[in-house]
Amino acid sequence: MTAVLEVSDIRKSFGGITAVDGVSFEVQEGEILGLIGPNGCGKSTLFNCILGQLTPSGGEVKVDGKIVTGLRPSELNRLGVSRTFQLLQVFPKLSVRENLILAGQEHRGNMASRLFGASDAGLTEAADRMIGFFKLDHLAGEPAGSLSYGQQKLLDAAMAFMGGPRLVLLDEPAGGVNLSMLADLKERLAAINRENRATFVVIEHNMEFVMSLCSRVMVMAEGRILAIGEPDEIRANPAVIDAYLGR
Amino acid sequence: MRGLKKYWRIGLGIVAIAALIAIPLGFNRYGLFILSQWAVMTIAAMGLNLTLGYAGQVSLAQGAFVRIGAYAAAIMTTQGVPLMAALCVSVLLCFAVGWLLGYPALRVQHHYLAFVTLAFSTLAFLVFRNESWLTNGIYGISNIPRPTIFGFPTNRPLQFYYLCLASLGLASVALWWLIRSPWGRAFLALRENPIRAQSLGVDTRRYTLMAFAIGSALGGVAGTLYAPLTQYIDPVPFNLSLSLDLLMMVIVGGAGFFFGPFLGAMIAVLLPEWLRFTEGYYLMLYAASVIGLLIYSPTGILGILDRMVIQRRTKSASALRAAASSSLETAP
Repeated sequence: MTAVLEVSDIRKSFGGITAVDGVSFEVQEGEILGLIGPNGCGKSTLFNCILGQLTPSGGEVKVDGKIVTGLRPSELNRLGVSRTFQLLQVFPKLSVRENLILAGQEHRGNMASRLFGASDAGLTEAADRMIGFFKLDHLAGEPAGSLSYGQQKLLDAAMAFMGGPRLVLLDEPAGGVNLSMLADLKERLAAINRENRATFVVIEHNMEFVMSLCSRVMVMAEGRILAIGEPDEIRANPAVIDAYLGR
Repeated sequence: MRGLKKYWRIGLGIVAIAALIAIPLGFNRYGLFILSQWAVMTIAAMGLNLTLGYAGQVSLAQGAFVRIGAYAAAIMTTQGVPLMAALCVSVLLCFAVGWLLGYPALRVQHHYLAFVTLAFSTLAFLVFRNESWLTNGIYGISNIPRPTIFGFPTNRPLQFYYLCLASLGLASVALWWLIRSPWGRAFLALRENPIRAQSLGVDTRRYTLMAFAIGSALGGVAGTLYAPLTQYIDPVPFNLSLSLDLLMMVIVGGAGFFFGPFLGAMIAVLLPEWLRFTEGYYLMLYAASVIGLLIYSPTGILGILDRMVIQRRTKSASALRAAASSSLETAP
């Protein structure tokens, strides 16, 4: 087993508030790590620090053993680290297919080939496969903005996979998605994880989703790691029950 | 249905091009001047449409780039340099300066960026007015020759109009190619949601600089044609008002729509002419109609069309959705 993501002693403070206070953990190749904790405990800030959206006040992030702290999000993405955001972030005016092509195009060729080459960067086929995989076939040509919320959420997740990432950080993928679609989403994520050996870190409040999808779960509270372990251990951990799960 | 729509479009395009070639045959000198001005301003507005409409970077400096291109062309062609060589210099110069002007856009956005570009405009104006060793200061440069292109003289107004029209055609094809390439998609992503774009690997820095540089280079192309069109330039008509005019053309036509600048420039250049019969009132009528249009459709003339298309598509999408969900419900 090799660590795809190594986070050591990441800190981030905004003025007097320390949002992330010395967090260290590793994620192994092919693992799905769940990240849970009450609102405001620093989960999203931790994501943003790992992904270069925020510059951490201290600490170090390694992807595949390479230090990536301070890299720009676009550079990190081209190294194979992808993400989704807590709030829906698709491009509403572009069609579903165009959204997926956009999500993959910067991983192909260079600036010159993207200017003088094919309009779709040769990605129409890959985009259509992804569309089929996420069961959005009948919507491929529709503007993403005309899709239902749940469908947009699926598209949002699908976009994160277009570049063939090694590591994907998903911020509340299940938020606002109805039950039948949720089962679909979970099954799709599990399939990508199995088939491509893609590694995931998933922030989620839906406990059933987290506990059934993830191989390990990490609990954060007040910017620190409260506990980390297998789903059953976490469910039984008294500190976690007190801070988050409730009795 | 799509195929039919495509033929309609191609047909419409051919008719428009034929009209632009044939109708001016009967025009007088002044009419041809106005039409040439329309073609030149459309090129400049297309550049701004790329920077502002597609990539979402506000700029009040497009007029300054037209001026840089015009001065470069005027200075060189009055020294006997052929216009084609002057064009290359103008384009490269405007590309480079536009690239540099893009750097502030990496740090500030929206109206702050507008102020930065405004300051640049003023700076450029001061250079053209004060550096008289190069630009002849407030006296301007006169007797700018009309060029001979590949052996064809363009001294007569109709010939020069065709040169402007051909340049507009070439610029349109180049920009069309750019917009439909992955670059165009990246520009749009940059405008709509730069943070998401970055997380998908889009190098927003590089694309921002490119949007400025290419848009400015088109301003340079327009300037290179403007100098021999008027055959005289001084710093005054190139004041900030040209930047504002170009901004208005882009917004009135429809920012982010390919044909927006064509329409916008038509309104900005031709409408005042058509309203001349009202004599003293034409500026007021012109201003009122622009205000009225923007209240009715803040996304410009082409925005009205776009709204209709989107409404239709949303309807068909929700119909599809309804059909899909009912088939789910009836499934065993």
